[in-house]
This record gives sequence, structure tokens and C-alpha cells, in this order.
Amino acid sequence: MTPYVQGNEKSVPFDCSQENLEDDMSETSTEKYNFTIVRGFAFSALFWLVIGLIVGLWIAFEMFDPALNLTPWLSFGRLRVVHTNGLGLGFGLAAIFATSYYILQRLTRTPLPFPRLAQLHLYFFNTIIALGALSLFAGMNTTKEYAELEWPLDIGVVVLWVMFAINVFGTLIKRQEKQMYISLWYIISMTVAIAILYIVNNLEIPVTLFKSYSVYAGANDANVEWWYAHNVVGFIFTVPILAMFYYFLPKSTGLPIFSHRLSIVSFWALNFAYLWTGAHHLMLTPLPEWIQTVAIAFSIFLIAPSWGSVVNGYYTLQGNWDQMRTNYLVKFFIAGITFYGLQTIQGPLQGLRTLNAFFHYTDWVIGHVHMGTMGWVTMVISASFYYMIPRITSTELYSVKLANTHFWLILVGQFTWTITMWIAGIQQGAMWKATNPDGSLMYNFLDTVTSLYPYYKLRFAAGVIYFIGIMIFAWNLIMTVRQQPSQAEA
Amino acid sequence: MGITSKPVVFAVLAAVVILIGTTVTVFIPLFMPSTQPVSASIKPYTAVEQEGRDIYMREGCNNCHTQTVRPLRTEVLRYGEYSKPEEFAYDRPFLWGSRRTGPDLNRVGEKYPDSWHYKHLDSPQSMFEKSNMPPYGWLAKNRLDTQYSLKKATTLGYGYSESDVHQQITQYRATVTDENYPSKESRNNVTPPELRKELTEMDALIAYLQKLGRDVKNMEAKK
Ligand code: HEC
Ligand code: HEM
Repeated sequence: MTPYVQGNEKSVPFDCSQENLEDDMSETSTEKYNFTIVRGFAFSALFWLVIGLIVGLWIAFEMFDPALNLTPWLSFGRLRVVHTNGLGLGFGLAAIFATSYYILQRLTRTPLPFPRLAQLHLYFFNTIIALGALSLFAGMNTTKEYAELEWPLDIGVVVLWVMFAINVFGTLIKRQEKQMYISLWYIISMTVAIAILYIVNNLEIPVTLFKSYSVYAGANDANVEWWYAHNVVGFIFTVPILAMFYYFLPKSTGLPIFSHRLSIVSFWALNFAYLWTGAHHLMLTPLPEWIQTVAIAFSIFLIAPSWGSVVNGYYTLQGNWDQMRTNYLVKFFIAGITFYGLQTIQGPLQGLRTLNAFFHYTDWVIGHVHMGTMGWVTMVISASFYYMIPRITSTELYSVKLANTHFWLILVGQFTWTITMWIAGIQQGAMWKATNPDGSLMYNFLDTVTSLYPYYKLRFAAGVIYFIGIMIFAWNLIMTVRQQPSQAEA
Repeated sequence: MGITSKPVVFAVLAAVVILIGTTVTVFIPLFMPSTQPVSASIKPYTAVEQEGRDIYMREGCNNCHTQTVRPLRTEVLRYGEYSKPEEFAYDRPFLWGSRRTGPDLNRVGEKYPDSWHYKHLDSPQSMFEKSNMPPYGWLAKNRLDTQYSLKKATTLGYGYSESDVHQQITQYRATVTDENYPSKESRNNVTPPELRKELTEMDALIAYLQKLGRDVKNMEAKK
């Protein structure tokens, strides 16, 4: 059952840690493959990351001091969606495109068949994200989470996805390497899933160029939306990040993935189960109870494939744990997969009705989200960029020391951030429920908000630490590509 | 098994696997009337309320406010009767929200007089010093644009004729600009003189807020 690499005498499963090793070293590889596109998307990702984080800090401040709601377009309600979209669509997608274009070409030993299209994809992508940010500032907002863009931009997103898919499948069809390595499976399933999710959830009837209404009403709209929103997190913040993890971990350690079989089982189980779970976001709402119950069951099941990848990651390092100390990239991957592991236990537990009744709508969930995004997602993307950028520019990373500083700052920032929000969430949940002996409520709503301000201030400080870490990351990569010409001369 | 060497087959298989859960939990419920039941007691939004709802969306109030009361004891105590599915039959999109930085609003209709909302929206901090809700005073300085009200109502299938929409708008304008409007003073405090005889965005938003949870009371009474 296990696919073997053709012609490999030892008959081991396809192992990307050894794949085109010579290629990696040779200078010609940069000419053969289209890496300008990788670089373009990587730096777009950094740009949107910085913008998204500045907005994040802004709204974090507004939550304890509303004085920053200076103008309509800086008011919290509009700005929060700029933050989520800027980071999810801007940073997230750009990082995915950058790494996918890289991984695709390397694993297939085939240059992109349509390099011009890829270039257009890059420009078009940045145009859509910039217009998206502007339109959200202006209040053109469908309010469906992570699908807030209005219909003309939705069409734009679909077009840019198609542009991407053409190169993905074009490269795969023309590939030189017979077997497709695990990372490619994840890229394929993301490409397919995001297309389905995005189109179905964004079906809307236009009223004007800037305004439309969802075709679904009430509980159906809610059900479609959370099916989408949960899976968009799955297929943007999990699946492609796993593609990076499965590729860049073996590449940067020289160690093959521990179990090929485990990755096959995890892959299909994850893809199957994810789609059933959206309604765990709609617990105790008017959505029919059976849909909620099915969602809880599948959420619990999801622990298995998620931990399949976690175990696979840990065991890959078996006997080579010294790399945690000696190889700066390994720290990012292992910390990242650890946060993924924590998240995928926390998530299903949050879905359980009693716990959900307590935690839903509080800051607890915000803590959960950010452990994923600031921990797992950015950690893995950081390491992937650190691996890729020097290679595609035929140079060395500007500073490993700065990369280590970056690691510790985003780790401390993220941890302080999320733990603070968990405590805030527990406190607020408890205050909402607290009753006096006579059965009346103990706290009015505003008291439950103002009592959180100290936590919000701490969260802001933690965000600043994290932000400094990210600025160092950006600086390090900028300096890496800037030293390129001088090296060539030497 | 050679599927890892056949990208197109692989993609099709992935799509099938993804569509199983989707079909059962999303597509099939779309065609089951029990997912979103309707009740004759629940009326569509008037043209003005719908404009208010669109402003609620534009300002992203849903980022801080939910609109579903869960069937939990303390929640019903805090907000009122828990939410019923029929209430949302006209909600496109739904606005249940996912985060309660502010209180749930599904039962806020008729909880306070209009005057309370004028004051509160203009400056939440003037009523609750430590509130972190943004001030929305500028909504009273924007004239309500009703250019697309008819088109919106038609798109949403509310079944209003052109004269219905016209009448709803003029009627609401008459209400809030009337000399005897009980909230006249608060309204005048936040509305610039040149707009006091017109409908503003804040008027429409308040009309919408006052509608929330109103019809369901009739529905419950009939049961
Ligand atoms: C930053 C989060 C935030 C945003 C955005 C926000 N609110 Fe609030 N809202 C609150 C908080 C906190 C309270 C409770 C304190 C208070 O009344 O000011 C509140 C209270 C309210 C209340 C009173 C509810 C009650 O039962 O007492 C109403 C009505 C309301 N908001 C409407 C709105 C509308 C309409 C918008 C959008 C134009 C909006 N809010 C935007 C945070 C927010
Ligand atoms: C400096 C770091 C960051 C800060 C200060 C920050 C701040 C915030 C704040 C204040 C909120 C709103 C919380 C609320 O409404 O209660 C939020 C929500 C959100 N943020 Fe961030 N954020 C940061 C990093 C990130 C990153 C890196 C990502 C993604 C890559 C991200 C994705 C999101 C998402 C998806 C939400 C919505 C959560 C939900 O609705 O449950 N954030 N963030």
C-alpha cells in the first residue's frame, strides 16, 4: 500500500529530506526554477503581517481605552475585520502561495509551467488585498466572519485562486518526480477545499456594487458560515501549514518523516472529519440540535488525525533531539507543532456543551485563536521562510542570532498573550454566571468588562513583545536579500 | 495504490471526501424546512429598519455584540427569553456573532426608550464612564440614504411595493420629527439643526435596535 519511490533500491517511502540534495547546493537550481515569485509572495506576506499586527495592536488598545476610536474608519467594529482579514487573507495566503510555489517546484523537480501567470497572480493578489483592506475600512462588510469582503472582491478572490490552481495542477501534471510527497497532498486538498468553501459561503445577491445580501437566511446562513469559517481555518491555518511542516522539517534536519503510513491515515481522516465540525461554533443557538451533536462527535474524533501529525513530528526527531539546540530552525517547528497539539485538544474540549456554555463568547476563545495563529502558524511560516529565502537568493541567512531572538520574543509574547486571555475568559465566564443567594445576577454586564481591563493592558504589552519579534524577523530577511549582490561579488 | 502518482484523481477523491460531511451537515439541512422555520408572527424589517440593520453591519457592531440568547438560566435572567429559530427567518445575513465584548442585543428592542439610544450611541462613555463601546455620534450627522431601500426590500423578498417603502420611510420620518416625539430632546441634542427634519443614519439604527426581539413576544403570546 505504501507508495515507494520508483527505482530506489532500498525501497523506502518517498523521503523529501534527501530529495534533490545536489540541486539544493547547485547554483543552477535558482535559474531552473521560478523563485522570484516565491520571493515576491514571501515579502508580500511580511508586509501584510506587519500591517495586520499594527491594526491588532490598535484594536487591543481600543478594548481598554476607546479614545483610539478616532474616526469612523478607525472604530473597533471596522478595524477588527481589517485585522482578521489582513492576517488571514493577506499574511496567511501570501505565505501559503510563497511556500507552495517553492515546495511544488522542488518536489516535482519541475519549474512552474506558467511563470507569467504566477507573476500576474502576485500583482493581482496584492491589489485585491489592498482593495479589501480599504473596503473594510470604508465599512463594506458582509459581516460573515473571514468572508467579510463584498461581492466584487469575492470574485477577485476566486479569480486569484484559479490562477494559483492552474499552476498547481500544471506543475503536478508535468512533474518529473513520479510520486507526490505528503506536502503535495496537503496543497491539493487545500486548493480544492478552499474553492468549494469560498464559493458556497459567499453566494450573495448584489444590490449595488458595494452591497449584497446572503442567499441563505437565518439558521441556514449561520450553518453555512460556520461550516466555512471553521474549515477556512482548517484549510488555511492547518492544512497548508502541515504541508510546510512535512516539507521543511525533514529538509532542515535531514531526517525523514517518522511514519509514512501515519501521514496517509492522518491526511485522509483530517480531510474527512473537518467538514462535519463547523456547528461546534453554534452550540446552544437555534440551529437544530442534531447538527450541533454531530459536530461535537466529529470534533472529538479530530484529535486523532491532528495528533497523528504531532506524533509524526516529534518522532521524526527521535534520537536527534540535540538539533533543538544546534539547529535554530528546529525550535520553530517543534514549538509550532506543540502549539498545534495543544490547540487540537483545546478545540474539541471547547466544543463540549457544558464547557462551551461557559467559555463561548469570552476571551478564552480569543486566546485559543491566537495560540494557533501566533504560535503554530507564525512559528512554522517563520522557519519555512528562514529556510527558503537564503536558498532562493543563494546566500546565507543574515543572522542566526537575530532569528533566535525572534523566536524567543514571539514565544514569550504569544504565551503571555494567550494565557492572559484564558484567565480573562475564565473570569468573565464565571462573572456572567455568578448569582446571589436570592438567585439574582451578581454582576451587571459592564462590570464583567471593566474587570478585564488589566488583562487587556497586559495583552497589549504581550502583543508589543510579539510585534518586536516579528519586526526582527522582517529585518533579518530584508538584510538577507540585501547582502546578496555583495556576496556575488566576493 | 497509485493514487499518489495521479494528481487529478487525487484531487477528485479529496473533493469527494470533503463533500460528504458538507452534504450531510450543510447541504441537506438547507432543504429541510425545520432548519429555519417560519412564523406568521415574525414580520420582515421595514425599509427603515433594514437600513438600520445595514448600518449595524457596516459599523461591525456584530464584532462586539451577539444576537442569540442561549437557553441557560443566567443568560435568560440577564437578557430575557432565549432565542427561537423563527426569529431569524428574514435575517440575511444572520448576525448571531461570536464574541460578547458588549451584551447580547437579541432582546434589546423596547428595553429602553429611543432617547436612551440617542444618548448612548452618541457617547456610551457619557452614560457609563468605563464602557469601551466606540462613540457613534457621527451617525446622527449623516443623512439616511434611502435611494436603494426599495431595491433592498425587493432583493430580500419582503414583498413591499414601491408605495409601501415610500410610506414606511415617510411615516418613520414623521414619527421622529414630530413635535411630540417623546425622545425629541435627546434626538435634537445629537442631530445637527439642518438634519432635524430628515432621517439620519442614527434614526434608522435605533429603529432597527427597537425591532430586535419585538415580534417574538407576539409569537410566544400566541403559543
Ligand atoms: C468595542 C466593542 C463594541 C462595539 C464595536 C459596539 N458596542 Fe455596543 N456595547 C459595548 C459594551 C461594552 C456595552 C455595555 C456598556 C454600555 O452600555 O456602553 C455595549 C452596550 C450596547 C447597548 C446597550 C445594551 C443593553 O442591553 O444595555 C446597545 C444597544 C449597543 N451597545 C449597541 C451597539 C451598536 C448599535 C453598535 C454599532 C454601531 C455597537 N453597540 C458597537 C461594546 C461595543
Ligand atoms: C500583536 C499581535 C496581535 C494582537 C495584539 C492581536 C489582537 C487581536 C484582538 C484585540 C482581537 C479581537 C479580540 C476580541 O474581539 O475580543 C483579535 C482577533 C483575531 N485575531 Fe489577532 N492579534 C494579534 C495577532 C494575530 C495573528 C498573528 C493572527 C493571524 C495570523 C490573528 C488573527 C486573529 C483572528 C482570526 C481574530 C478573530 C478571533 C475570533 O473571532 O474568535 N491575530 N486579535
